Amino acid sequence: MAHDLLLGKNFTPPDVKAKVTGRAKYAEDFRVDGMVFCKLLTSPYPHARVTGIDPSAALAMPGVHGVLTADDVPSFPPPQDPILTNEPLYVGQPILAVAADTEELAAEALERIKVTYEELPFCVDPLASLFPGGAEARTNGNVANPGVDLKSFKWSAKDFANAADGQLPTGAATTEWSFGDVDAGLKSAKLVLDESFVTAGLSHHSLEPRTALAYWQNGKCVVHASSQSQSFPVPGVARLIGIEPQDLAFVAEFCGGGFGSKGGAYPIVAVPAHFAKKINRPVMMRISRHEEYYVGSARAGFQGRIKIGFRADGRVTAIDLFIVQENGPNTGFNDWLSAADAVSLVYQPPAMRFRGVPVLTNTPPRGPQRGPGQNQIAAAIEPLIDKAARQLGVDRVAIRKINAPDDSAKLGAMQGGVTSAHLKDALERGAERFGWTSRLARSGKKTGSKVTGIGVGSAFHPAGGNGFDGLVRLATDGKLYIHTGVGNLGTYSHTVTSRVAAEVLKMNWDNCVVVRGDSRLHLPWNNGQFGSNTSFTMTRTNFAAATDAVAKLKEIAAQDLGGAPEDYEIGNETVYSRSDPQKKLTYAAAAQRAIDLGGKFDGHAVADNLNAMTKASAAGVAGTGLIGVAKDSLPRTGTVPALAAGFIEIELDLETGKFAIVDYLGVADCGTVLHPQGLATQTKSGAVMGIGLATLERHIFDPQNGLPGTVGLLQARPPSYLDVPATMATDAVGVADPQNPVGAKGIGEPVQGCAAAALLCAISDALGGHYFNRTPVVTDMIVNAAAGRAQSHKPLQVNTA
Amino acid sequence: MADDNDGRGYPEPRFDIPTSRATSRRQFIKGVIASSAAVSSAGYLFTLAGCSREQGAARGIERMLMLKVNGQVRPVDVLPNETLAMTLRYKLGLTGTKLGCDRGECGACSVMIDDVVHYSCSTLTHAVRDRAITTIEGLEGPNGELHPVQQAMIDELGPQCGFCTPGQIVSAVALLKANPKPTRDEARHALAGNLCRCGAYDHYLNAVMRAAGSGENVSRA
Repeated sequence: MAHDLLLGKNFTPPDVKAKVTGRAKYAEDFRVDGMVFCKLLTSPYPHARVTGIDPSAALAMPGVHGVLTADDVPSFPPPQDPILTNEPLYVGQPILAVAADTEELAAEALERIKVTYEELPFCVDPLASLFPGGAEARTNGNVANPGVDLKSFKWSAKDFANAADGQLPTGAATTEWSFGDVDAGLKSAKLVLDESFVTAGLSHHSLEPRTALAYWQNGKCVVHASSQSQSFPVPGVARLIGIEPQDLAFVAEFCGGGFGSKGGAYPIVAVPAHFAKKINRPVMMRISRHEEYYVGSARAGFQGRIKIGFRADGRVTAIDLFIVQENGPNTGFNDWLSAADAVSLVYQPPAMRFRGVPVLTNTPPRGPQRGPGQNQIAAAIEPLIDKAARQLGVDRVAIRKINAPDDSAKLGAMQGGVTSAHLKDALERGAERFGWTSRLARSGKKTGSKVTGIGVGSAFHPAGGNGFDGLVRLATDGKLYIHTGVGNLGTYSHTVTSRVAAEVLKMNWDNCVVVRGDSRLHLPWNNGQFGSNTSFTMTRTNFAAATDAVAKLKEIAAQDLGGAPEDYEIGNETVYSRSDPQKKLTYAAAAQRAIDLGGKFDGHAVADNLNAMTKASAAGVAGTGLIGVAKDSLPRTGTVPALAAGFIEIELDLETGKFAIVDYLGVADCGTVLHPQGLATQTKSGAVMGIGLATLERHIFDPQNGLPGTVGLLQARPPSYLDVPATMATDAVGVADPQNPVGAKGIGEPVQGCAAAALLCAISDALGGHYFNRTPVVTDMIVNAAAGRAQSHKPLQVNTA
Repeated sequence: MADDNDGRGYPEPRFDIPTSRATSRRQFIKGVIASSAAVSSAGYLFTLAGCSREQGAARGIERMLMLKVNGQVRPVDVLPNETLAMTLRYKLGLTGTKLGCDRGECGACSVMIDDVVHYSCSTLTHAVRDRAITTIEGLEGPNGELHPVQQAMIDELGPQCGFCTPGQIVSAVALLKANPKPTRDEARHALAGNLCRCGAYDHYLNAVMRAAGSGENVSRA
């Protein structure tokens, strides 16, 4: 079945006009009668115990409405991230909130609240915590992660002594897996690299801080949140508030950037809801930029070591990878495990061992950030692939191609399969379009203090899931209402994936309405907008729902006009008889007939396998038209790999350490392209974030006091217009994924990793093969390298300026 | 609602309008009536949340001043330390102007003051009485026609999350007023004070170039 009515074409997303006129309402743009403001009191210490809170002076101030402390909110078993705490585990962790008529008054009230603390030991360097006797981030342990219980975990002094200078010590691991014969693979290799590396933690700095407004109405809680997902966080936010999901009205029509940090329910969003209940008033919690650097999540840092064996032609023979993850103080995220999976996929080693430890630090909590794990490891490993290519005398595109995954690729510990993989095609296509070979002639060419560097990089992210629900409604006005629980993180995937329902029903797009943005609008249970999954996952759900609607249209036509459902076809917003096209029902008439017939046709009876949220939403629209509602039960075997290759040329100034990007090309393997303009902007803007990851952004912590040095945009340095090229180019392989009904896969994440990798490779190329084994590579590191000076940081030091 | 905006109860409201642009008392009263009516129809935003009376008690005295915003004269009570971003967002209901950092780092709060871009988070409202302030809401034509920069932003799919978009557009409009035919590089420098964490710079620049009607590279996706 061809899908070319709407798919693969550009369109104007329905929400973009609001964005260019200022009418788009983000959480802080809402006002409610009687609304008051709350402000947070945050910890000045990296680790402490609150021994006393005296809010009396604040509460005595006219216009102050109350104080909310950890005792007023539900607590969750450690190491989960709490809503408020009496044992702050990082500088900036919220301890309490105060509400007042105005924000300034709330700020004044905060200053009159007396909090006493007992300072506790802290740690901002994972290796220091693993050392015998080293400080631990929590009183009850120093390692944790989803799947790793909170516990105290140490290496022996001998483990540390065994490591050579600048080499990551490798003691016991909390997690370990392997396949193949790693020792034999390394032994048979022509070249073995043994490299230690550091990737810095860095903040998400979403431009909209995670402000939230909440109020209660008839026992239900209305939350205006900054959320990149719509349906997915509802159960989690309800749990944080302590209510049932159906008692939460969750409004997230617009979100000012999330990048993973607003994908699910995050604890601080519950503060205004609890406060509003306590003081019986609507509460606005306006999060400041400064606070966003504390509660706004961050990417985990790595201290790692990799041994890679290569054949003479560059084919990888075996990989032995060790990652110490800087995990923040709480559960954190599984970047380290994803990094290992990515290495196993991108280089297809016949044998690999992975070991790792997620070590807690008294730094802001870590969560997923665009390509969590995959993109750090791309930035760390890809330059080493270049190093091997240089030593083996193999072309840098060729060494990536010979290792690249194809449709027979295997991934991770279990060596599971993939749905489709075309990294080799992306590399070939990109190399040709970029003029790789001819540009290489310029590599290392010096003009004054400036030298040209050429780079290529590749990256991966698993990009698709299944098992969620779709819900569409053909109404008696003849319009198709596509209900979507997809959030608005800025990719327009809420509408791109909705267009699949329109495509299946052969609708005129002008007669389609995308219903979204507020859980009260009867939205289906959908996955969150993270993990590059929406394109794959939600095209399937909308395909399923629309297919259900088509089946119902044909059934109604057969009932009314005679014959069997198979005798009918759809087109021009009618269902008509194949043999006698004059026998037909318009969609509007069929919608009315569905209401007359009731039962499954108008949503009064739905399939049992639907999620409770979808069932409730179907019940909410029942009787209003022909309802197509279904769970995505299409088959899926294997991981859905999103893959990307980046090509870059830079001009690097050896005297200043600054570089200009002359050209950038990003090539995506995302299956069938659904929305060319959307793909182009994702590919380019992903590269912008990649430039930040590679050369600008990082956490800085003072090891003596645990104080953060990066709590502003100017310090933490997300890229500006002047850090990125004035034009960038994009391309796509465009081969359909066989396990998606419209051939689509996601792409949002690897388009960052491939650019970060390509840029780092280009910098090393310009420097004649100097590899930093560290991200970000900042200007003073480049100047030091160019001048042959030692760097100011030690090789494995973290959180450095 | 209009009662809250008419200046009653305030000692000696000061309308500091230079002679050259002075408004007659009659015109002034007409202006107040007209703008209050417009505000009322826009909802209760004008008087409700944010820096209200109590703040005056805590932080000094609000003074009423006449703010020229988007071609209208808007009377508004303003604290001495109040930033223009707060006045626009919390007193005038103009929430298109965003607060991304509230400290002059990101540009999401960009507005034009006499056709020059300023960070409204770092501008005191009292300092800009008598100046012509243009926010994102003031760019559309009288019948809702989009400004060419706004239309170009749609055509080029400029915004991603959209939070920085009003600031980007205001900066671009100010650029085109000063330099109607910028080169792409000039546009890039002019917009350099507007951060976009989504990284949509390339498409924003495409939109600026399209709005400028220049033949220079627009979309090369």
